[in-house]
Amino acid sequence: MPLVSLRDVAKRYPSPQKGAPPIAAIDGVDLDIEAGDVFGIIGYSGAGKSTLVRLINALEPATSGSIVVDGTEITTLSERGLQELRLGIGMIFQQFNLFNSKTVRKNIAYPLEVAKRSKAEIRTRVDELLDFVGLADKAGSYPDQLSGGQKQRVGIARALATSPRILLADEATSALDPETTQEVLALLKQVNRDLGVTIVVITHEMEVIQSLATKVAVMEQGKVIEQGDVFEVFSDPQHAASKRFVSTVIKGVPSPAELDVLRDRHAGRIATLSFRDGDASQAGVFLTLAQAGVDFELVYGGINDIQGRAFGHLTLALRGDDAAIDEALASIGTQATVTEVR
Amino acid sequence: MDALIDLLPKLGTATVETLYLVSLSLFFGGIAGLFLGVCLYVTRPGNLYSHPVLYAILNVIVNIFRPIPFIIFLAAAQPLSRLVVGTGIGPAAFVFIISLAATFGISRIVEQNVLTVSPGVIEASRAAGASRMRTLFSIVLPEALGPLILGYTFVFVVIVDMSAVAGFIAGGGLGAFAIQYGFRQFQPVVTWAAVIIIILLVQLIQFFGNWLARRVLRR
Repeated sequence: MPLVSLRDVAKRYPSPQKGAPPIAAIDGVDLDIEAGDVFGIIGYSGAGKSTLVRLINALEPATSGSIVVDGTEITTLSERGLQELRLGIGMIFQQFNLFNSKTVRKNIAYPLEVAKRSKAEIRTRVDELLDFVGLADKAGSYPDQLSGGQKQRVGIARALATSPRILLADEATSALDPETTQEVLALLKQVNRDLGVTIVVITHEMEVIQSLATKVAVMEQGKVIEQGDVFEVFSDPQHAASKRFVSTVIKGVPSPAELDVLRDRHAGRIATLSFRDGDASQAGVFLTLAQAGVDFELVYGGINDIQGRAFGHLTLALRGDDAAIDEALASIGTQATVTEVR
Repeated sequence: MDALIDLLPKLGTATVETLYLVSLSLFFGGIAGLFLGVCLYVTRPGNLYSHPVLYAILNVIVNIFRPIPFIIFLAAAQPLSRLVVGTGIGPAAFVFIISLAATFGISRIVEQNVLTVSPGVIEASRAAGASRMRTLFSIVLPEALGPLILGYTFVFVVIVDMSAVAGFIAGGGLGAFAIQYGFRQFQPVVTWAAVIIIILLVQLIQFFGNWLARRVLRR
C-alpha cells in the first residue's frame, strides 16, 4: 500500500467575483507515493504544486476527494487528529521560516515540545540532529546570524525532529545559490537513504528532480499531466509541458531553429539517434557507421545519467554513399531509435 | 524662580500623581489593548481564528472610539466611569477613562505590529503539529515582541499627554500644575519646570524602550 495516496482530490477557492464559479487550484488529482520514494512534483508557478503538497499535511483542507496518509484517511480528521498527523510529517520551506526569536537549538526543539517530549529527551535529540546537519557549533546562534544554507539545514533538522516518515520540501532550494543547493540536495539524499524518510519535493527546477527524485509528477493548471519513474519521464516525456521541463536540463533533439543552423553548417544527411540503456552501445553504432564507410560528425546532443541509468540523443551529420548510409541507419535502427531529419 | 522654589513640594506631588495615572492606565489599557489587538489579529480573515464577521464588528468598534478627541471622550465617558468605578471624577475615574481610551489606540498598534510576523513561521508552527493557541503564544507573540515593545513605548508618550489633559479638567498631575501655577499665575518658569519634567520622563522611557527592544531584537 502506498504511504500517501490521493484519489480524485480537488481544492477549490471561492472566486473573487460574485457569482463566478470557484477557482480550482487542484483539479481531480490521483497520486500514489510509495514509502522510500523521493517524489518530485514539478510545474510552473501557479500550477498548484504548493497547494498539492499542503494537502498532504492538511495545512490546506481538500474540497473533495480522498487523501490517505500511512493508512489514515485524513480529510475527515479532527483538528486534534490533524495535529497528531503533522507530528509524523516534517516540512521545509523556500524561505526557511525559522523562528527568529528562538535560537537554533530552540527552533529544532519546538516540534519536540509540541510532541510533549521530556526535557532530557529533547536535549539528546537536538544534539543528535545538530550533528546530523553539521551545525553542532551553531546551537546558540539566532537564525539571522546564519547563511541561507545553514538556515535550511536548521529547517531540515527541525522538520526531522520528531522522526517523521514523510518530509515535504516546498521549493527548499529555490532561495539558495547553486553551490548551496547542491549541499542541501546532498543532505536530503542522505535523509532519504540513511533515515529512510520518504520525501516529497516540489520545485520548478528540473535539476532538483534530476539529482534527487526517483519518481516525478508534472503539474499544469491544477492537474497532474504526467507521472512516473524519473528515468521514464526524462528519457521519453509525453506531454508538451514535460518536454519543456526536460529540455531545460537535457540536451536532446535540436529544435527547428537549431536544425536550420545545423543544416547551413553541415553538408550531407542529418539523423538523430536516441539511446536508452539496454539499447545499443554507442561503440557498436559508431563501428557500424565506420564499417559502412560513412563519414560522420557529432553535431548536437549528449548522454545523460539519471538514477544510474543512461540515455541520450546524438545528432550526427553523415557523409558518404547514400545507399551505404541507408544500410547503416537501418542496421543501427534495430538497436537505437533513428530519426532522420534530412 | 522664587515662585518655583516655593512650589517645589507641589511639583513633586504633581509628578507623583502623573506617574500614578500614567502607570496604572498603561497597565490596564495595555492589557486590554493587547487582548483587543490580538483578537483583531487572529480573527482577521485568513488568520489563525479567521472570523470575518467578528473581525468586522471589532474593527468598527475600534474605528468608532479611537478617533474621538480625548478631551471630549473624557466628558462623554463620565457616566460609564460612574457605573464601573463608582465615580466620574478623581484619580480612579481618570485611570478608568484613560485606560479605556488607550485600549482602542493600543489595540491598533498591537494588531499592526503582530501583523509583521511572517505567515511562513505560523505555517511552520502549524506544520510541526502545534495547536493554534500554542502557535499564538509560543511563536506569534514572541516573534512580534521587539516591535510590540517599541509600540508600547510610543503609547506611553500618548498616555502622558492624556493624563495632562485629564489633570487639567479636574486637578492633579503635571498638566494641572503647569496650568494652575504657571499659565494662570503668569509664571512661565513654573510652566517650563513641568514641561521639562515631562520631557525627561518621556526621554527616559523612550531610551528604556529602545534599549529593551534592541535586546529582544539583538541588533
